[in-house]
Amino acid sequence: MDVDTVDAPLARVQNENGAVAVTGTRTQLRSKKEIESQRRIKQAHKAYGRGSRIDVRGIRDKKLRRNLNNLENKYETAALKAKEAEILLENQGGFLEPETELERTYKVRQDEIQKEVGIEVAQKRFDLKLDALGPYVCDFTRTGRNLLLAGRKGHVATMDWREGKLGCELQLGETIRDARWLHNNQYFAVAQKKYVYIYDHSGVELHCLKKHVEVSHMEFLPYHFLLATLGINGQLKYQDTSTGNIVAEIPTKMGTPVSLTQNPWNAVLHVGHQNGTVTLWSPNSTEPLVKLLAHRGPVRSLAVDREGRYMVSTGQDNKMAVWDIRMFKEVNNYFTRSPASSVAISDTGLTAVGWGTHTTIWKGLFSKASATQEKVQSPYMTWGGEGRTVERVKWCPFEDVLGISHNKGFSSAIIPGAGEANYDALEVNPLETKKQRQEGEVKALLNKLRPEMIALDPNFIGNLDLRSDQQKRAEKDLDAAPVDSVEEMRNRARGKNTALKKFLRKQKKKNIIDEKRVKVEEMLKRQQDRTDEKHAEKVEELGPTLARFARKQ
Amino acid sequence: MKVKALSRGITAQVAPGSDVQRAPRNLAPELHPFERAREYQRALNATKLERLFAKPFLAQLGTGHVQGVYSMCKNSSSISTVASGSGDGVVKVWDLTSREESWHTAAHSNIVKGMTFTNDNKLLSCGTDGIKLWDPYNSESDSKPISTWQEGGPYTALTHHRSGNSFAAASGAGCIQVWDLDTSTAPQKIQWPNFTDTVTDVCFNQVETSIIGATAADRSVILFDLRTSLPVLKTVLKFAANRIVFNPMEAMNMAVASEDHNIYLFDARNFTKAQNIMKGHVAAVMDVEFSPTGEELVSGSYDRTVRIWQRDKGQSRDIYHTKRMQRVFRTCWTMDSKYLLTGSDDGNIRLWRANASERSGVKSARQRTALEYNQALTERYSHMPEIKRIRRHRHLPKVVKKANEIKREELAAIKRREENERKHSKKQFTKRTSEREKAILVQQK
Repeated sequence: MDVDTVDAPLARVQNENGAVAVTGTRTQLRSKKEIESQRRIKQAHKAYGRGSRIDVRGIRDKKLRRNLNNLENKYETAALKAKEAEILLENQGGFLEPETELERTYKVRQDEIQKEVGIEVAQKRFDLKLDALGPYVCDFTRTGRNLLLAGRKGHVATMDWREGKLGCELQLGETIRDARWLHNNQYFAVAQKKYVYIYDHSGVELHCLKKHVEVSHMEFLPYHFLLATLGINGQLKYQDTSTGNIVAEIPTKMGTPVSLTQNPWNAVLHVGHQNGTVTLWSPNSTEPLVKLLAHRGPVRSLAVDREGRYMVSTGQDNKMAVWDIRMFKEVNNYFTRSPASSVAISDTGLTAVGWGTHTTIWKGLFSKASATQEKVQSPYMTWGGEGRTVERVKWCPFEDVLGISHNKGFSSAIIPGAGEANYDALEVNPLETKKQRQEGEVKALLNKLRPEMIALDPNFIGNLDLRSDQQKRAEKDLDAAPVDSVEEMRNRARGKNTALKKFLRKQKKKNIIDEKRVKVEEMLKRQQDRTDEKHAEKVEELGPTLARFARKQ
Repeated sequence: MKVKALSRGITAQVAPGSDVQRAPRNLAPELHPFERAREYQRALNATKLERLFAKPFLAQLGTGHVQGVYSMCKNSSSISTVASGSGDGVVKVWDLTSREESWHTAAHSNIVKGMTFTNDNKLLSCGTDGIKLWDPYNSESDSKPISTWQEGGPYTALTHHRSGNSFAAASGAGCIQVWDLDTSTAPQKIQWPNFTDTVTDVCFNQVETSIIGATAADRSVILFDLRTSLPVLKTVLKFAANRIVFNPMEAMNMAVASEDHNIYLFDARNFTKAQNIMKGHVAAVMDVEFSPTGEELVSGSYDRTVRIWQRDKGQSRDIYHTKRMQRVFRTCWTMDSKYLLTGSDDGNIRLWRANASERSGVKSARQRTALEYNQALTERYSHMPEIKRIRRHRHLPKVVKKANEIKREELAAIKRREENERKHSKKQFTKRTSEREKAILVQQK
């Protein structure tokens, strides 16, 4: 039976028998229609709402109250409309479900899936045998159409993987540590032996970024047009790819970093270190925003889900940990048989973990809808065991496809239920035409976000600066009662080194007697008298023998 | 095992026989990261675009006048007609659609002080040599006036009743005379008791149509009621007022253009303080007018600039100036409140957009939605410092900027002096009077 959890807030925990405690009892009778409409509003608010409603009842200013009320109503209608527009979504997500109790999804092999699905989908599973220049790293474009492969020993290739068309192929003849697509399928960056190079779609070298030395990891922040590189020496550098300026150079000061990922929700970079800590970086601070100890041993790999709520990290200590990165609390941890080399989270929250020659796909490691995160007992699907050491796993956006690059090339696996079924054509369009791509590029450049906008809370922009406003008002108001500094001292008169005593100490040196000092001295005298009185009382209470234990406070 | 995997082909997105793709939307917030930041960025772009397209000056009417334009009036029943009078006594009527002169006459021997259209499309003008009635629609240029009134002059201003066929003229002898054009009787004379100063401006109320407001040379603002032919109240301000206008939508509100560079909004029901003070000009405000919607005002000043104000704001929304425009004596909204007309000392009548970045051409639906979206965005983020700065910034002539700086310094000095005085005198025990109360010197009833 389905339990209606619309009314249940996230923090409320269900009992073991599934019962939820009711906090507000309903005393009024409501019509069925009314209940239904309330339910719809709640549902819409949960899915599309932006925070709770402002309570306007306490606002005196009638105009402001009315404006705010109108705004809130607008937001509510917008949420309701968005909820109603859900019937226009065309696609249903994929799935893999056992039909009998004995079947297990993790036992299903790729060739079995290939037989079950249509030919169009079956074609999406393929293997590229490239065993000479591996191990390979891979990357998909944001639309998921193009694939970038880079072998450790200098082989780079791009391809339209659905059509099997090769884009360009380069033999660089030097070590490649990482490769990334930039904002679309026209450019990609390759971290080579010494510098980072940017190539265009036909493989022509466009730029050599000599400021980025011995880079081991790269990330591209598509909305900020920032290429973030992490060198072997621990230097984190942000380069604006639209203007070519270096935005920030930050030494992480934690030795050679092991892993890097971006939080797609707030563009904060997560760096995993040798000593098991994960640090969070933005280009605006030279100190990490957050440091957290995730593992006992190097953090081999990191991944963050697209809503920026959960992080999955794997370490050399054979652990995979799921973190709530809004509270920085570990949710669960899992055992991996050998240290996992790569982890990736798909649009729908499937987590692929590549360890040794295997890849395990987990489902439901975290879910934003449930109050408590249960520990998952068995994986969703598995891949591998055929002697190909996994180097990197990467989900293809908007597809049920997992890309696995290993020491013998590249394999793609069909993982039903991994991709976002309904894309937004105005955001990222997996079926975009050339014209759309070009227009999208211009739009994206116009709306490029500034590096200063990167923060843990991406929605801080547009908030009011209340403090400076208050100060400005106070400065303007000449008729306001003057601040009584003596009174203020009284309020801050706690602890050993009170403001009062400090003031007197300083004043004694100056030897000036003014009104303020007289007042302060009086106040101090009164305070001392009071404590003396209390002390005397206590002494009397304790009697002559025990009087010495009465503490003077 | 039940298996289903995603499969979407390009064919599903394109209608048969077409090569245009459908663009499916998904409004789920997780698909749209950085929504606040991106929206803000768009708002910023929109603000910049708005400033980029701000080209307020449209044209000048014909070749203007030979001397400065000191009076101007519009015809409330015709959107495209406006009349102007200049320092050499010439009156011209302009057609706004062709921007050409349609009628002219040498009306007075001297400066034309006031003009107004009557409700039957006749034109009244006044000067030191009396009031003359013209028929610009049905007569040739340089024709004779229909009638002339000369007694009781010199006249300084004219105003016309909203619906009836009467008009009022302010005379130099301290009184206001009201004629009825339908009957040829002697004018109704109203005057504040024993008042002899020149009445500089007079204005009919548009809602309470029998109320007349007037300003006089002794710094006073006087309200008269025609029904009782009695003065209602007289308030003396700190500085002389150049012009008084009533809000065409709200009977009680009026704006007064003052010599002290400010515009004051008064409420006739509560004349103890100004309802709003509009500060910004750096020289005497010569003319002010409410837009026909009653929401905005335009003012022309001796500092050679025109400013547009929102009724409830203290600072101007926009400031217009050109290199060649001299001291502005008359400003005027067109009846659709989309354009402005200014008459200045250099003899030109200029036509401006009321909203500098607005274009009046036909817009496609897409363009319109984009504009509306941009407007909503800038409104939403208007509190952000950067957007506020860009929206507010205007290029000013060097002279005005300098004058502004000097004025600010002087005002600060006065304030500082007052504060110092307060500190060391009994004044410190009294509350400061608000700026709005300061404007009024004394009130008489």
